Amino acid sequence: MTPVIHEIMRTSAAANPLVPATADLVWSAVVFAILLVFFWFKVLPNFKKNIDARTEAIEGRLALAEKAQAEAAAKTANIEADQAAARQERAEIINAARAEAAQVSAEITEAAKLNAERMIENAKKQIDADTQAAVIALRAEVGSLALELASSVVQNNLKEDKSASAIVDGFLADLEKEGK
Amino acid sequence: MVSSLSLLSAVLKPVAEGEGGFEAPTINEFYPEVVAFAGTPFELNRIMLIRLLVTALLILVFWLWSNRFRKSTETGQFVPGRFQMFGEMALNFVRKSIAHEQLGEKDGDRFLPLLTTIFFIVLGMNITGIIPGLNIAGTSVIGLPLILALAAYVTFIYAGVKKHGLGFFKNALFPAGVPPAFYVLVTPIEFLSTFILRPVTLALRLMMNMIAGHLLLVLCFTATQYFFFNSEGIFKAFGVGTFTFGFVFTLFEMLVAFLQAYVFTLLTTVYIQLSLADEH
Repeated sequence: MTPVIHEIMRTSAAANPLVPATADLVWSAVVFAILLVFFWFKVLPNFKKNIDARTEAIEGRLALAEKAQAEAAAKTANIEADQAAARQERAEIINAARAEAAQVSAEITEAAKLNAERMIENAKKQIDADTQAAVIALRAEVGSLALELASSVVQNNLKEDKSASAIVDGFLADLEKEGK
Repeated sequence: MVSSLSLLSAVLKPVAEGEGGFEAPTINEFYPEVVAFAGTPFELNRIMLIRLLVTALLILVFWLWSNRFRKSTETGQFVPGRFQMFGEMALNFVRKSIAHEQLGEKDGDRFLPLLTTIFFIVLGMNITGIIPGLNIAGTSVIGLPLILALAAYVTFIYAGVKKHGLGFFKNALFPAGVPPAFYVLVTPIEFLSTFILRPVTLALRLMMNMIAGHLLLVLCFTATQYFFFNSEGIFKAFGVGTFTFGFVFTLFEMLVAFLQAYVFTLLTTVYIQLSLADEH
């Protein structure tokens, strides 16, 4: 690159590029000053404010999100606690119902048993009474039958034997005794 | 690249001398005729007008961005649009990648106005070198690079003196840890490098890059013009080569425009950082 430049410099007339012309310096200084002031007091403050505000906004929104998340977590915990309580209550109710059902069933069984016993007893009593009645009736029947039999025997034999009359009397007396 | 260019100039010279039709660009490229206020300190030529145009454009664009930032702050609409995003990217490039990186957030923001101004002036003025119709960089004349280097110079001395008082000069000229006898040697070198070469290299690096870039482009395209329209036979084919060179260099100048802006701003920042540092 340099040989070309050297050649050009060597053959160029007069002007030394290292020596600034007054107008060159003046316009350079003006341009620099204008832009320095412009960037310093206009562009950069607005830029920085915008960036800072954005950072702040992002941080603020992050904090909000964190808070919302914490709230949601608390809510979830509450719901879970409620559910656990409900579950326990349900278990208690079921247990109580079961216990009650068992008790009721026991009571019913007991009552039924008592009832059955009573019925059996009644039936026994009835049977006894019937038996008694039957015995009494039978005895009366047997008595009258025997009496009839005896009467006919007595009518036949009474004339023959005095002792026969005594046997009949004895038999009747025994019968009497047994009937008591 | 250097050798192919010297070859080009070697090819051009006999042709130029033989035909008498080719004019190589000279340093007078950078001293165009005065168009207004001749004879006053406010003489305007093409390059000065380009500087004013760039200034106006910078103000226009950044004004729009600035208003967008303000509106966004006021309305609380913090999701930036594409236009605003681009402005933020541009400003954050200087703020974060240069200032905060070298100086930290606090000092970086302190010196941000100067750094931002330098970066966008240099970038804006450099880029005109390849804008069709303008075709010359506003920074290709020594005045602007000199003023910017001067601003950087004043600022890094201010930063040092503000922080260390006169100890700044002592630190700069008599670095700690050097045996006293060596100060005879070290102090003049430090003086030269810190207080003379820094601003001079800042200004010259920028200006020379822009001058070289411009001359190369002019050379390539005037040669192309010459080869295509004023030469005969096989020489016309050279025009394709010189045009390609010109095209590639135009792209290259885009990179250089940005790179020089970055380098100028970064070095200014580094000088400030060195002034603020406790030991040199």
